Amino acid sequence: MNEASDVRERTIPVAAREDDAVTDMAMTNAAGATASAGRASVLRRFALDDLLFRTLTRSAAIAVLLLLGGVIVSLFYGSMPAIRAFGFGFLTSEIWDPVADKYGALAAIYGTLVTSILAMLLAVPVGLGVAVFLTELCPHKLRRPLGIAIELLAGIPSIIYGIWGLFIFAPFLQAHVQPLIIAVTGPVPVLSTLFAGPPYGIGVLTAAFILAIMVLPFISSIARDVFDTVPPVLKEAAFGIGCTKWEVMRNVVLPYTRVGVIGGVMLGLGRALGETMAVTFVIGNAHRISASLLAPGTTISATIANEFTEAVGDLYTSSLIELGLILFVITFIVLAIARLMLMRIEKKAA
Amino acid sequence: MTAMSAQASGVPANSVTAAPPVDAARRSVKIDVRNVDFYYGQHRALKNISLPLHTNEVTAFIGPSGCGKSTLLRILNRMYDLYPGQRATGEVLLDGENTLRPGLDLNLLRSKVGMVFQKPTPFPMSIYENIAFGIRLYEKPSKSELDGRVEQALRGAALWEEVKDKLSQSGLGLSGGQQQRLCIARTVAIQPEVILFDEPCSALDPISTAKVEELIDELSEKYTIAIVTHNMQQAARVSQYTAFMYLGELIEYGPTNHLFTAPEKKQTQDYITGRFG
Repeated sequence: MNEASDVRERTIPVAAREDDAVTDMAMTNAAGATASAGRASVLRRFALDDLLFRTLTRSAAIAVLLLLGGVIVSLFYGSMPAIRAFGFGFLTSEIWDPVADKYGALAAIYGTLVTSILAMLLAVPVGLGVAVFLTELCPHKLRRPLGIAIELLAGIPSIIYGIWGLFIFAPFLQAHVQPLIIAVTGPVPVLSTLFAGPPYGIGVLTAAFILAIMVLPFISSIARDVFDTVPPVLKEAAFGIGCTKWEVMRNVVLPYTRVGVIGGVMLGLGRALGETMAVTFVIGNAHRISASLLAPGTTISATIANEFTEAVGDLYTSSLIELGLILFVITFIVLAIARLMLMRIEKKAA
Repeated sequence: MTAMSAQASGVPANSVTAAPPVDAARRSVKIDVRNVDFYYGQHRALKNISLPLHTNEVTAFIGPSGCGKSTLLRILNRMYDLYPGQRATGEVLLDGENTLRPGLDLNLLRSKVGMVFQKPTPFPMSIYENIAFGIRLYEKPSKSELDGRVEQALRGAALWEEVKDKLSQSGLGLSGGQQQRLCIARTVAIQPEVILFDEPCSALDPISTAKVEELIDELSEKYTIAIVTHNMQQAARVSQYTAFMYLGELIEYGPTNHLFTAPEKKQTQDYITGRFG
């Protein structure tokens, strides 16, 4: 934009000066004519530039859509054998038996949903707490360093969470936390089923912990951004009737930003659903649904990552691809809801 | 016109020169601002301001943009405390107690000194809740008592008739003028002693402005009021005292009709006759 107007300003005086040299008499007329001719050619070049620019950006956009379409089509195509063989039963069967060539996705779907939801239950309160602290309570000097630290947490590669989870976190849970949980919940009817069995260290609960740590920075940085959209005067009004900080957060800031916060939580959920490496390390990779959260389980992405290299036979491969398709659909729905909610808050802010 | 009668009773129009001392002695002082300086970081925004706010009177603050009127208002309920780097020195006595001292209970101060802002700021909740929320901060009234208090506050802000059928709807759905009166009702509901208005009508149409001005006049029977305004007619209409500020200094303070008809300083005269500002 700026460059374009610079060019225009530079070109015209040059044309006018050349005219000065040629003739004094018709100076103004000739200058005007040449200038407008010069301007026309400049404008033609702009039009060409614009066309080029438009074509380039449009092709980039179309390329993205084509890629997305390609992924969907190839997932469908790849999973056709499994769909034909198992039909709808694929979704409802817990059996995953490569030896008998029988596959069902239920255990993986269950594991995916349970680890993700548990992770959100752990991460949302903490993430919102961090965001509240950063926007309202934190001393100004600490605000930036803490914010950056949180964002760095989001930048740690998931494989590192995985090895940390397997070699440090899981043994710690096994030695110290899980025995305690089992002892405490033992006499309680429902909880004793949820936390039954020996302390393996790895398992659904451990995976949920790791996922919670991984989505925490997403939730807190999005929540921090939407908290910042609250007009200062609205907060002042609440402080002005004598609200404490907690009351301002609880009654004004949170209701005002509710939709955006939910959007952020959904984005975190989307990440938790698809997270592969860290979960594969710590979940135990057992194709079964157990009532106990301490027992090993599996998720869709962990199953794919674990078994793709050793999948022999069309049906085995195809079943794994169908798992991928299911994950794609689940994540798509979650992200679509998140986007819709974020759009609604943006409309409100504008 | 109610303002006119208030002026007439407060300050005899034909003895303007003698009025200030007599008047000041007769009326009690609610807030006494003494030698207040205010700093935004290093920048000194207010310079040695001293003036009284009289009980149950309206004091208007006029002056060109950036002269420190709103800053002074935000000192009175210590709103500036929310922002690091802003500080005030001097004394502000509310019923004799210095509200600038450290360790003061800010929530208590703000329950006594309410504020209405330039832009209407309804909370993101229903009309009913907008009022009830503030009341519940300080008391635990029964449901019927709360209903009564909400109605009383809305009537007090001349809004009851317009919203009584839609109390459960969001406060954000009201018109700008109604929102502003809702904010006034919210402020009144917690029974403050002082109400600060920071350009309450600058975002409103003339009809809403007239309603709010009328309201301010009625409120001054019960509350001590300070109003910042850019509209000199408004200052003349609603206030009994006026302070003219310029570049962080208090240039002139006095009874409104005195300041507008016979200003003592040339700057004041230039401003109110529109020669600058």
